[in-house]
Amino acid sequence: MKIARVAGTVVSPVSHPFFDGQRLLLCDLLDLDGAPNGYLIAVDVVDAGVGERVLICDEGSSARQIFDISTGPIRSVIVGIVDEIS
Amino acid sequence: MHLGRVIGTVVATMKADGLDGVKFLIVQPLDKHRQDTGAPVVAADAVAMAGPGELVYYVASREAAEALAERFVPVDHAIVGLVDSVTLAEDDR
Repeated sequence: MKIARVAGTVVSPVSHPFFDGQRLLLCDLLDLDGAPNGYLIAVDVVDAGVGERVLICDEGSSARQIFDISTGPIRSVIVGIVDEIS
Repeated sequence: MHLGRVIGTVVATMKADGLDGVKFLIVQPLDKHRQDTGAPVVAADAVAMAGPGELVYYVASREAAEALAERFVPVDHAIVGLVDSVTLAEDDR
């Protein structure tokens, strides 16, 4: 999984049915020193807040398991809120 | 998923099986500040509503193949949503 910081929200009125009602967060990917290294848009399932550090699962089949679906265009899912990295 | 801007369309009448009826759009990848980054790609429009100049988000690789009605269509990028707004915390400071 990847460590990231929630940078903001994405509002999408028209989308593929899978994303209807999903919360989309734009996240800065962080390296271990905390420096931003690219970004991605992920579906949030843990109510992460903007500014929080999070864990992103960035692989399709695991992501689809989270939503208990066998097919769907989902890959990046926020699966945890980071308390501490040491 | 990443942000992109639709900058054109591609018409291809001779296509691989499973691609009939799939609309191809040229998408310029964007960074989080909506600046161009990287080379444009041709993406299938899985929303069928994206027009030129539209801000969208897209998926790549297998997730793109899973974005269209027919399962596993041979595409490697697919637009899966139109973007109404992107609100970044850093813009509030």
